[in-house]
Amino acid sequence: MNDKSSADTLVVTPPGAEPASQEPVEKNVSTFRLVATLAVAGILAGMLIAMVNEHTKPIIDAYRAEQLRIAVYEVLPGAARYTTFYLVDGELNPTLPDGAKEVEYKRVYVGFNEEGGPVGVAVSRGESGFQDVVMIILGFDPVGGKLTGMKVLESKETPGLGDKIFKDKAFVDQFFAGPELPLVSVKAGSGKGEPNEIDSITGATISSKTVTRIINNAVAEWMPLLQQGIPEDEQP
Amino acid sequence: MPRETTPAQDLIRGIWEENPVLIQMLGLCPALAVTNTVKNALAMSAATFFVICCSSVLVSSCKRFIPREVRISAYILVIATFVTLADMMLQAYAPVQHKELGAFIALIVVNCMILGRQEAFSSKNTVLRSLLDAIGTGIGFTIALLMLGGFREILGIGTFFDIPLFGSNFEPWVVFVLPAGGFLTLGFIILGMGYFEERKKAGNAA
Amino acid sequence: MSDQTLFSIFFSAMIVNNFTLALFLGLCPFMGVSARVETAIRMGLANIFVLVLTSLSAWVLNTYILVNAPYLRIISFIIVIASLVQIVEMVIKKVSPVLFKQLGIYLPLITTNCAIFGLAIFQTNRSYDFLQGLTFAVGAGLGLTLALVLMASIRETSELSDIPAIAKGTGLTLIIAGSLSLAFMGFAGLL
Repeated sequence: MNDKSSADTLVVTPPGAEPASQEPVEKNVSTFRLVATLAVAGILAGMLIAMVNEHTKPIIDAYRAEQLRIAVYEVLPGAARYTTFYLVDGELNPTLPDGAKEVEYKRVYVGFNEEGGPVGVAVSRGESGFQDVVMIILGFDPVGGKLTGMKVLESKETPGLGDKIFKDKAFVDQFFAGPELPLVSVKAGSGKGEPNEIDSITGATISSKTVTRIINNAVAEWMPLLQQGIPEDEQP
Repeated sequence: MPRETTPAQDLIRGIWEENPVLIQMLGLCPALAVTNTVKNALAMSAATFFVICCSSVLVSSCKRFIPREVRISAYILVIATFVTLADMMLQAYAPVQHKELGAFIALIVVNCMILGRQEAFSSKNTVLRSLLDAIGTGIGFTIALLMLGGFREILGIGTFFDIPLFGSNFEPWVVFVLPAGGFLTLGFIILGMGYFEERKKAGNAA
Repeated sequence: MSDQTLFSIFFSAMIVNNFTLALFLGLCPFMGVSARVETAIRMGLANIFVLVLTSLSAWVLNTYILVNAPYLRIISFIIVIASLVQIVEMVIKKVSPVLFKQLGIYLPLITTNCAIFGLAIFQTNRSYDFLQGLTFAVGAGLGLTLALVLMASIRETSELSDIPAIAKGTGLTLIIAGSLSLAFMGFAGLL
């Protein structure tokens, strides 16, 4: 708890800024010294963090890129390489506008097999699950209307139950069997055998339904943009 | 001014007698949020341990330079710095654990326990004693979190540190790994401790 | 920006993944709230106010200032929040001494309140844009107020009943909190 029980007024000043002079503290210590102390502390802290960041950032970035790479290849079986297309002003573009920040743009990963033919597209999406947000990446074939694969990227679902959405092989395999879109989540054993059914996990219905819901919403969002077919690759 | 306690007492005090979570009821947010498994509890304890030890040492070394009026801001700045460092290092070297703990690593900054130690102890004592105090508090925190994590994982999933303990016929009490379980487990532990206190008092009085 | 709809963000923060009962944020005021519903409501309102301001500040910081130095996030957030609460306290004191008298003691408690800082961090992690962040803040604040009011009213009622000595205080509060959290789980399938 912030200990504000001291009789003096606490002057909280962001380092380097002008002192907030609502209630000046006049004791033996000048305001300048107060600000200076905090400013120096702030600068030292900033420098220390920047140094460690120099060291760790490359590791973190490399790991993230690698994880993404692995995930895209996993949900697009048969892909030999992929190209990233960004959604810029409603159109798919392989390059970003000058000076733009990558994180601000939605993107789709288009996979190509060895001969250069398209194998499908992958997108990631996150929505509220049973506990917190579930983030998945999914691969689908917009022309054939089928799912090619799914991978859970982030999940805080209940350990032992909800986390089966990525731990239960039988559940996950369903998404790689080429189900038709849009998916329908059914209780295990009570499905009619339709090609778009996904058996949910017993005891984790909500987490299971979250996965199918995310997939359906993602496909619904991207289908109109891909109506013209998968964007052509610039490379031969 | 030096306290009347011995260095050993500074170390041991935080472990049980003044346990930050179980007795002082500080740092509840992380204690309940990330203790649904023992692994998470350990990771959080380790990160917090790092932050509190470094902060206490730094605050104690610089106590002469920190004017009284801005001491809280200074402590927060120190703590925030180490939390950032812990966050970055965890993300680089243990990315899976980092993802599990998520936002709660950053929330170590507002863990009242750490700020409390700076205000109550590190700002008034030598570096060595502050370090001992920090270690003691850190160990106490770890013990509390392990207790919580242990209960919740054993009863809620049937494993301890991912090692299954019971046969496949065990029906886990899932409620314990849900948020409700966090509250209930800590509540039961506190009730249990209260019960033993009462018995001890009754025994002493008799 | 996140893919969640505004309604889903709001409803999730307030009810389904209640900020206090599911995400464990804001426990300090929650555990210490007196057994008076009136106080709980005021506390909750003070929190909503600060949460909205925090959401705005966090968004400004993230979008304009921290873009090239994301590693300074934790430090800047906490400094801004601490300063914000100080300033809010002083403004209220000047503008409405009556309000200050009613709310005043709660404001310093809000500074190291996990909920405020937690909101800033969650908002950043989930990449909420301006409007999404605000919705999140309002939903979270209402959820926190809801939890506070429920806890206060239960305590108010339980004051009249016979509780064993060892259960008085924190132990009982936690069990009550656990029951509330369980009850709120009933909302889980709504989204």
